[in-house]
Amino acid sequence: MHPLESRLNPPGRSSGPSRFLNLRALSALALAGSLAACNTVVLDPAGDVARQQGDLVVISTLLMLLIVVPVMSAVAIFAWRYRASNKDARYEPDWDHSTQLELLIWTAPLLIIICLGAVTWVSTHLLDPYRSIGRIDARTAVAADARPLQVEVVALDWKWLFIYPEQGIATVNELVVPTGRPLQFKITSSSVMNSFYVPAMAGQIYAMPGMETRLHAVMNEPGKFVGLSANYSGAGFSNMRFAAHSVSEDQFAKWVGKVKASPMQPGPIGEAADDPLKNAPPPRPVGGNLDRAAYLELEKPSEKVQVIRYSSVAPDLYDAIVDMCVEPGKMCSSEMMAIDARGGLGKAGIRNVSMLEYDKNGRAEGSKATANPNDAVRKELAWVRALCRQIPGAAPDGTIKAPADMRSLNGAGLAAPQSIGLGDERAAPAARTSPVEHISLNSRN
Amino acid sequence: MATEAAVDHSHWSPLLGRLWLDAIPQEPIVLATFVVVVLGGIAMVGALTYFKLWSYLWKEWFTSVDHKKIGIMYMVLGLVMFLRGFADAVMMRIQQSMAFNGNEGYLNAHHYDQIFTAHGVIMIFFVAMPFVTGLMNYLVPLQIGARDVSFPFLNNFSFWMTTAGAVLVMMSLFIGEFAQTGWLAYPPLSNLAYSPWVGVDYYIWALQIAGVGTLLSGVNLICTIVKMRAPGMTMMRMPIFTWTSLCTNILIVAAFPVLTAVMTMLSVDRYLGFNFFSNDFGGSPMMYVNLIWIWGHPEVYILILPLFGVFSEVTSTFSGKRLFGYSSMVYATLVITILSYLVWLHHFFTMGSGASVNSFFGITTMVISIPTGAKLFNWLFTMYRGRIRYELPMMWTIAFMLTFTVGGMTGVLLAVPPADFVLHNSLFLIAHFHNVIIGGVLFGLFAAINFWWPKAFGFKLNQFWGKVSFWLWVPGFWVAFMPLYVLGLMGVTRRMRVFDDPSLQIWFIIAGIGAAMIAGGIGAMLVQFAVSIWKREELKEETGDPWNGRTLEWSTSSPPPEYNFAFTPIVHDIDAWEDMKRCGVQRPTSGFRPIHMPKGTGTGVILAALSTICGFAMIWYIWWLAAISFAGIIGYAIFHTFNYKRDYHIPVETVEATEAARTRQLAAAGA
Repeated sequence: MHPLESRLNPPGRSSGPSRFLNLRALSALALAGSLAACNTVVLDPAGDVARQQGDLVVISTLLMLLIVVPVMSAVAIFAWRYRASNKDARYEPDWDHSTQLELLIWTAPLLIIICLGAVTWVSTHLLDPYRSIGRIDARTAVAADARPLQVEVVALDWKWLFIYPEQGIATVNELVVPTGRPLQFKITSSSVMNSFYVPAMAGQIYAMPGMETRLHAVMNEPGKFVGLSANYSGAGFSNMRFAAHSVSEDQFAKWVGKVKASPMQPGPIGEAADDPLKNAPPPRPVGGNLDRAAYLELEKPSEKVQVIRYSSVAPDLYDAIVDMCVEPGKMCSSEMMAIDARGGLGKAGIRNVSMLEYDKNGRAEGSKATANPNDAVRKELAWVRALCRQIPGAAPDGTIKAPADMRSLNGAGLAAPQSIGLGDERAAPAARTSPVEHISLNSRN
Repeated sequence: MATEAAVDHSHWSPLLGRLWLDAIPQEPIVLATFVVVVLGGIAMVGALTYFKLWSYLWKEWFTSVDHKKIGIMYMVLGLVMFLRGFADAVMMRIQQSMAFNGNEGYLNAHHYDQIFTAHGVIMIFFVAMPFVTGLMNYLVPLQIGARDVSFPFLNNFSFWMTTAGAVLVMMSLFIGEFAQTGWLAYPPLSNLAYSPWVGVDYYIWALQIAGVGTLLSGVNLICTIVKMRAPGMTMMRMPIFTWTSLCTNILIVAAFPVLTAVMTMLSVDRYLGFNFFSNDFGGSPMMYVNLIWIWGHPEVYILILPLFGVFSEVTSTFSGKRLFGYSSMVYATLVITILSYLVWLHHFFTMGSGASVNSFFGITTMVISIPTGAKLFNWLFTMYRGRIRYELPMMWTIAFMLTFTVGGMTGVLLAVPPADFVLHNSLFLIAHFHNVIIGGVLFGLFAAINFWWPKAFGFKLNQFWGKVSFWLWVPGFWVAFMPLYVLGLMGVTRRMRVFDDPSLQIWFIIAGIGAAMIAGGIGAMLVQFAVSIWKREELKEETGDPWNGRTLEWSTSSPPPEYNFAFTPIVHDIDAWEDMKRCGVQRPTSGFRPIHMPKGTGTGVILAALSTICGFAMIWYIWWLAAISFAGIIGYAIFHTFNYKRDYHIPVETVEATEAARTRQLAAAGA
């Protein structure tokens, strides 16, 4: 049982009487009763971010039950009381208006929505997946000098590639993270949309080709959890699962060492997918160094792929994947954008067309044409790169820093409307003496 | 595992395009279905020929521009497609309750992925839309005291275009394949690179052709409501169903062009090598997702609003009371209409928009629940101090009020972005939208069918089988979808074909039992129709007003004469017919005049048939046929403009005879 305090409260705040306290106790009871039989990972996850999200599910449900329960009861009561056979009930066929009631039926839902809207606004900003996490759990803030573990995630047809840039290793369908350390995921896809989702860790976010999304999370309990793609991506989608392990720092270091030392593993890497080209990859060894050639081999559609561990990884591989220029002879989309930003090349740009084709007319067809760039293409590329001098992957980092102090987000420091008397008696006077620190909620830019 | 998709489909010939022998599906399930459908089709054609019904169907139904007949044809189309869509649902339920512990189930990915795509497309476009459009078509002119819609031929054409889309979807079952993309066909998956064969093309052309029908029908009904109301019926005296129909059609006219545009962009990507949504050349799949939901969100309100109207009519009639808060109901409908355009992004909070953008769309979504809640309260207070008769329509309405509230609550829950992050694309989401679509749209349709059936056919529906159906459907719904809520909270996502975790299986089996109960409910409903038609003499309804109705459609006979009203009624109150009954207004029995009516035409059928051929040719790259059929569409449409024999007068003798018969009928019923 986790401690009874609002998950929206930052650590360190003296736990005053929270308005959600009773609600949460109630909800825990109700849900425990009805769902005890099954493992409802969404409501009882191992990661703090997912826990806060799961708590929001409960809080919002309870807020709405405030109006839903009376309405449903009234439906049942009125339906029974005013049945035609009950001649004792009053019958007023022309009664069709009451200003007081009208006022009530519009304002009652409105009040609930105002509360829920406030919860939404605050929680959406606090739990923005692009925002680095501010706490490890309800009691522990992230240390000022803590560095998140970076994992670069690539959704492939139909498996997941995890690149650990600091460790210089990569794995397929195996995510290992140290318990209690902030995690920063950079997520992209090689071909179609997927959604990166480890229900026990944090909510999902789409993985999209040519784009990068972010996710910040932490695992609070050790264990083995399920990760999956939550967005349909084609024939092999159902088996696009991976194991997410949460282990101690020591075990993580040991695991990294093991991966670094892991030899080539015998193929095949999985079941060849329904490949329209019919040239299924021959069973050749996998693992070792994940360079561009190995990536292009890995990227081909395959299903039910077992774990692969790469002892090293090309340092610029992930950026090239996001920039859609892993294949030799391709122009990076950042280069294309730089050219376009300078007004484009006019008719001269027609020469670039084949360099820009990513998956048109079938990915593999396109790669054949550009697999071995001839001198002309090489010259062209050199010319393009000289023209725009864009460094792939050097786009500005979109991460938002978690605020150091989240008091104002919780309304601390704002005087409570005294006439209603919902205020935190102890917090209010304190706030008057200390200046309120305002935190901008603007995201992204 | 299937190696079926590995078949090389790159064959092309000038005469047949991509169409070749490999277009015939190899899967035994599909082949068996094909044989059954072919045999059934032959039997039906044979029966129609044997009973010499072709000319009757052609003259009285297919070419008819009578809004009542077109409305009924829409309902029949919806019912037929409903059986197909439900068969898909059952197949999914069986697959998902089998595929555990390494069991692959009985459907391979290629087949299963088509089934869930087809289920969504069919249920929205070819079940819910025809049902809703049919209902509006039948009722709106009657409720506003008009003799037909503004553009009767356009109405017939709209119906046949919708049917043409449905025909294309059905063809995909037996010739080629349907899309394996999910019902909204997100690119890049729906691009040529990842869906190279005909599935997505069937999807595009079915939606484009049916979309023409929907859009034109929207224009038609707006004009009808705005221009053809009976004298005295000001906007604020319109029946509430007419109000909701008006708002729905405004939504259709504003939203469907977006769908047409986005489908066009997807087609030029696929056919002409454009890059709107591709990974190449800076195309953006995110743009597609935004655009399709700018249509898609209003679409769900297009479906539910008319049914809100139905519930208002039913509640008021069976409570024997004026509707509580008529104007607040109207304003709530208008607010929903406008707000439905400001919420589309809540379908993809997980795409990585900023927190402020996500919050904005989350909060606008929650705001919609305020007018919706107000509506629920209005129905509640309509029941308050009423005399509620529990006939079938009212039973469905109570079931709706209890079911829909839960669906609405889970919907608001999903509108909280961080909560959506853990529930998006999960079975919780599936449970939510089935909760509102079945609990709202379908229950509403069943209420409407039981309510207006006597008006359309002159006899009531059998109560016993109706109740059997009700008691199988409503608990069946809860048994089928509550497990999905639970599974969603267990982190199970949608569109999965096989599962790892064996502890999930029991929930899928429960859901399967629920689906079986629903199947029983559907069966009982079909029996209800059959028994009622069989015993129509016993269930005969002579008065034209079996429920003590309140609006104008109950003032005329059941079924109404072709011209609806011999004299255009004059309206003094919201519940016009209730007002007339109260004031003792007498039916006019003399002074009839010839009635000017539109004439039937086969143009709608012909244009839609040509459109089907054109769509089929485009799907299979049979360019010559596409060109010829397209020229045919344009040519025949121009030819039709030279048809000046579009109207006729019903002679005064016919009107007199019809009305005299009605007088005798009423006298007999009154005696």
